[in-house]
Amino acid sequence: MSITNPKRLVTLTLVAAFAIAACTSGGDATNAPATGGASASPAVSDAPTLSGTITIDGSSTVFPITQAVAEDFQIANPGVQVPVAFSGTGGGFKKFCKGETDLNDASRPIKEADEGEGLACTAAGIEWIQLQVAIDGLTVVVNPANDFATCLSIAELATIYGPDSPEELLWSQVRAGFPAEKVERYMPGADSGTFDYFTEEINGETDAATQFATQSEDDNTLVTGVAGSTYAIGFFGYAYFVENTDKLSALEIDAGEGGGCVAPTDATINDNSYAPLSRPLFIYPDVTKAKTRPEFKAFVDFYLENATALSAEVGYVALPEALLQDQKDAWAAAVGG
Amino acid sequence: MTRATVTPAVEGGRWEPALMRRRLSGTLFYGACLAAIGLLLLTLILLLWDVFSQGLPWLDTGFLTRGPSRKVEIAGIFPALIGSFEISILVGIMAFPTGVAAAVYLAEYTGSSRLTSILRTNISNLSGVPSVIYGILGLALFVRIAGFGFTVISAALTLTLLILPVVIIASIEAIKAVPDAQREGAYALGASRWQMVRQAVLPAAAPGIMTGIILAMARAIGETAPLILVGAFTFVTFIPQPFSGGYTVLPIQVYDWATRPQADFHGLAAAAIVVILVLMLALNALALVVRARLSRHIQW
Repeated sequence: MSITNPKRLVTLTLVAAFAIAACTSGGDATNAPATGGASASPAVSDAPTLSGTITIDGSSTVFPITQAVAEDFQIANPGVQVPVAFSGTGGGFKKFCKGETDLNDASRPIKEADEGEGLACTAAGIEWIQLQVAIDGLTVVVNPANDFATCLSIAELATIYGPDSPEELLWSQVRAGFPAEKVERYMPGADSGTFDYFTEEINGETDAATQFATQSEDDNTLVTGVAGSTYAIGFFGYAYFVENTDKLSALEIDAGEGGGCVAPTDATINDNSYAPLSRPLFIYPDVTKAKTRPEFKAFVDFYLENATALSAEVGYVALPEALLQDQKDAWAAAVGG
Repeated sequence: MTRATVTPAVEGGRWEPALMRRRLSGTLFYGACLAAIGLLLLTLILLLWDVFSQGLPWLDTGFLTRGPSRKVEIAGIFPALIGSFEISILVGIMAFPTGVAAAVYLAEYTGSSRLTSILRTNISNLSGVPSVIYGILGLALFVRIAGFGFTVISAALTLTLLILPVVIIASIEAIKAVPDAQREGAYALGASRWQMVRQAVLPAAAPGIMTGIILAMARAIGETAPLILVGAFTFVTFIPQPFSGGYTVLPIQVYDWATRPQADFHGLAAAAIVVILVLMLALNALALVVRARLSRHIQW
């Protein structure tokens, strides 16, 4: 019995591995973003060349904005690497409060009394600041074939999504006059900031919700579900409604404070008249790191400078000018610049 | 004699062949098997058609060589592709020696003691543990305790742990399949145990071992959940370095694009899935070629 030498195969694998390692460790100079890295931005040409790595994690809702900012920042500053992850608002805070990331995206405020969040940050001596960068309007949607429901009150939404809601809930139980058909409920998964915010505002308690709704972490699944059934209802971020206006109808919301029924639009989300489902989106930079690392301070400056244009481009509603200025002032005061 | 016999159709003490009924049940069974494989193939074809029809319009050389972007026209998968390559090669390098050595120990050096059978059962169980558990282990062990941080090497070590049970089991099976005559022949010629393992058993088991490792690497390429836990990033525009800085991999890039509201991103996701499928097919083909080449000269 003879055989081709298996040693040769192992050697071959090793050679291939080293070849790839050699290619990839070619130095930071070649690491400019593949897209138009050569275009120097006049805004930073007078500043010293920045370098370093800024690591970001957190909310998947805020991710598209931060990704857009990171993309443009790296084009303007080819020496800086800005990888962005999304392990969720809570998952991101756990890493942020161990000092493992520089900035956390959040679709809700940090829980200051939570062991994994505020308390862990305090224990590790991490000094953070909350900066609002955009607004999202949680949009409640129904099937376009649904011609009876156009506006729901907070109490009616709580009937549908509250923790005590029965399994066989009929639309006629939500409001007299609606058809006696079963309500098919869809909602985001319990790990999402969207779920936390909705349950807090509608049911009065974070995480308190019906167990009879179909849940998905992927909002596109919710879109498909509601678009496919006449008596379905669901909710998710405004951007997912804007992209699917042909398949879904957005409900108006009556907050019960005399404002009447308000539909989610850029204008009503921006001036907060679409209440209470307009929610703020935040970033939490590590202030201590920003004081010692010029590239990180420059990144947050760049973020606030471009938040208006970029959040609109990726499907969110930009902050009112005055509110944005407050964020810039707070940031400047925190880092002493 | 208590041998079980086929019960014939007996009526009034006389044996009836009942040919019609037996042929009918045979045909029904054949039909059921055909329906099962048909259903499987149909699902696969629908899936492939869906992915290819959505993804092919987006697939060009620019898609393979550019970084990700919020603008779909200039978005690409280059950093994710390189990240996946680096990780799978590192996983192969680390899983190969450890997996084979563990398998040789279990198959050749320990007898069939109780301890060995407990070990083997546990290794089989480990291969069924959800991959996200390995992510939690990797986060604690490699990222935090060993201090490698959110790097390619942490990811590769985590995935190595994940596929080791599969590699060990495949290698044990390959080693057990070598006839004892080979071992006895080697001993008869005066070989030591190490010489017997190295010159008789391992060359004969090589095709099976290599196939197992390559297929396990293919599994590692498709993993997402453990990598998100050990700190893989999603948006990476630079080429990942093995020991520092961030990285991402293809399945995470797919997840990002597939969950976006804009339909164009779903096309990008489909295109990236096509790339992953091609990589998987390439690895499977490699496994076939290696198997054919290594077993060409084996004769017993």
